[in-house]
Parts: sequence; C-alpha cells; structure tokens
Amino acid sequence: MSQAPNLKESPSQTAGPYVHIGCTPNFVGISGVYEEDAGRGMLSDETKGERIHIRGRIFDGAGDIVKDGLIEIWQADAEGLYNSPDETRGTADPAFPGWGRQPTDLERGDFVFDTIRPGRVPASDGRMQAPHISLWIVARGINIGLSTRLYLADEAEANAQDPVLASIADPMRRETLLAVREGDGFVFDIRLQGDRETVFFDV
Amino acid sequence: MADSQKELGAAFNKRDRDWHPAADTPAYRSTILRSPKQKLVMLEQSLSETTGPVFGQNAIGALDHDLIQNFAQPGESPIGERIIVHGHILDENGRGVPNALLEVWQANAGGRYRHKNDSYLAPLDPNFGGCGRLLSDENGYYSFRTIKPGPYPWPNGGNDWRPAHIHYSLFGSGFAQRLITQIYFEGDPHIALCPILNSINDPKAIDQLVARLDMEHTVPMDIRAYRLNMILRGRDSTMFENRMEGN
Repeated sequence: MSQAPNLKESPSQTAGPYVHIGCTPNFVGISGVYEEDAGRGMLSDETKGERIHIRGRIFDGAGDIVKDGLIEIWQADAEGLYNSPDETRGTADPAFPGWGRQPTDLERGDFVFDTIRPGRVPASDGRMQAPHISLWIVARGINIGLSTRLYLADEAEANAQDPVLASIADPMRRETLLAVREGDGFVFDIRLQGDRETVFFDV
Repeated sequence: MADSQKELGAAFNKRDRDWHPAADTPAYRSTILRSPKQKLVMLEQSLSETTGPVFGQNAIGALDHDLIQNFAQPGESPIGERIIVHGHILDENGRGVPNALLEVWQANAGGRYRHKNDSYLAPLDPNFGGCGRLLSDENGYYSFRTIKPGPYPWPNGGNDWRPAHIHYSLFGSGFAQRLITQIYFEGDPHIALCPILNSINDPKAIDQLVARLDMEHTVPMDIRAYRLNMILRGRDSTMFENRMEGN
C-alpha cells in the first residue's frame, strides 16, 4: 500500500547570527561543554585518498563577506562510498566520516575544509556523477538552509558527463559550482546574489 | 520495522516550499541581501542526498542535554525559569526518527547570548553557556533541561523584539533532511509581532513551532515541562514500491 505523508515538515527558521553557539561552541569560546566541535576534523592518518584543501568565502548581494555563516559538507569516500547505513553498495572507509562542518571566520569570513577527493557516485538512473561534495549553508538572513554542490574544476571529463551539471542550462551558471585550483588547494566562493549567483538546488 | 527497512535509501518527499518561509522576506531585513534571486534548480535525489552522517552516543557527553548544569560552576545553577523541553522527532509519515542528532542554542533568562557580537544590556549569566545536544532514542523521543530564554531587542530598523525561542538544529538519516529552525512558547505575545517567525505564511505552520505547557510531565516543586514534536522530511514509500515492482 502506498502511503501519503500525513504530517508536515517543521518549517525552517533562520539559524540567526549566533549559530556557532550551538554548532561550534568551542570556536566562539564556550569551552568545557563539548570536548570538541563536531565535524571540524575529517581526516586521520588512516583516511584513504588524496588530501584536498578547500577554502572560500560567502558574499552577499552588496559584495560583503558573510562572517556569521556555517557550512556543512557531505561527501563520498575515495572509492565513492558513503559512510552511512543507507549505503548498500559496500562499506565506506571507516576512517572517513564523510561529514564536515566549519564556521566562517568571525573577522575575515573565510572557511576552510581539509578533506579528500571524493570518488564517483551513481545518479538515481545509474549514470555516474562526477566527484562532488554536497554543501549546506546557513547564516543570519537565510530563512532556509541553502543546498549546493562543489565540483572540482580539474575533473573536466567527469564534469562533462555529470547529469546534475548538465541539468543547468546556462554554462555560466554551471561554473559557479566549480572549485578552482589555486596555490595549495581549491577555492570555492559562494555568492548569494548578483551576476555570478551560485546555483542552489531544490533537493 | 519492515516498512522502514524497505524505505532504506528511498528518496525523500519533495519539500513544500510554500510551507517554509520564502528566501526573501524584507520585513526581516537581513534577508534582502542574503536571499538568492535565481530559481532553485530541481535536483533528482541520488545517494548523495538520501544518505547522511551517523552520530554515536559515545560522542555525546553525559551533561550535554542539560543546559542547567553543563556550564554551571559546581553547586550553582543559572538564573531563570527551569524547564524541560521534550517531544518526538518524527518523519512526515509519522514514524519516530531514532538516533537523530538535535543541537540547541539559546539566550539566557535575560535575553543575552554568550557571544562576543551580542552587546545587549542584559548581563551574561556565569552559570549559563547556552548550548546543548542529544540523540533521540529508538522511538525518536527527545528531552532536555534548560532555562527559559528571555525575549530581547534586535536591530531590524524598528522596535523589534524576538519572542523567547530556542534554536534547533536537526539531522535525520539523510542529508536532505537537514533542518535548522526555532521553537517558541505558547502564550508569548511577541509571536504575533516577530518578522522572523512571520516569514512563515501559514498560521498552521507557525503553530507547529510553538511548544505547549505540559503539566503531565511537569515535576512538582521542581521544573515545568513544554512539549513539541519535530517533523523531518519522510521518505517517499510510493516511489520506492513502484521502482521495486519495475513500473
């Protein structure tokens, strides 16, 4: 029997300017409650895969840097497996949680993730997606968390076959999802508005 | 149980964007420059959306769910009304979501946050940190103890005061269920006045964020209880069954 949903999702409200109190309390000086802030370290010596360093900033419609934001990422391991009970294709690297969380710096506004290059994961129709990282962004003034994806610009061949990137008609907009190599890592800036507004998804 | 096993990995119901607040709600001024102007791009869910992180009980400290004690000096406690907030975390199909991580944060009884950017006149409470977390049990039940937060003024261009509220951050089993919201307390006259809460259009949706006084779970001579169920997106069982039948 099919079953229609009978309850409505709790409506979203902004995370407000003090999201770090709840999600990264040690980062804002509330120490002694949690031993460590969840999600800030994703790697250990045992983690398999190529280390990648990602940094970026979030810009508002006036071009100002958002300094009260929080970003979470969710990604597959180096083999393309998720560290989740719903992953049925195999067992993910136990030394890689796949989930990370970082605040934007309170003064400079930049965020940094040290993670691994993810493997490829199939779309629902079985086609392979390009390596990607799912992002979820909250801050003051954001009424409902924003979902986007980060693709690596140096995966040009895989990116060209990716069904999600292909679903974005305008190539200029597609580019907003590409993290580009710069120095020792990748840069991924997020623009909430403007000419180069980042593509956000209805997930 | 068989049902929830069957739904493993199935896509989530589409989010009802009219039920949630719109991105751009100018009465809440911070949204003006921070709301995307382009339409959201529809994304067909894959494992990237239907899977999500798992949190273990060993990551949660014994006092993490007790904001009355988790920052207080030994033998002391924060100023304010002692309350329990509890309920079930359910999905849209009415099933309890077990092992769901709930993180909460709030102002103290005077309406002041422990944050360097909060310069409100009300004093910090040396015994109150303002953060807590827990995992729901096997039935999706959650409960934590805290001090009722105070209302406070905020810069929004006029004489705006937030109703007393507690911020909730919720994880389900899939990353697409990720949700941050705020809960309020029944009878608060600021509920009708708040531009942030009234970014939600439907009064029924607003009501879903208002906790009710619960005398049944109030502990005599000790602490009052408020109750509120939280609802996360449910998995689309119809779609899954069709796929299994090869339709």
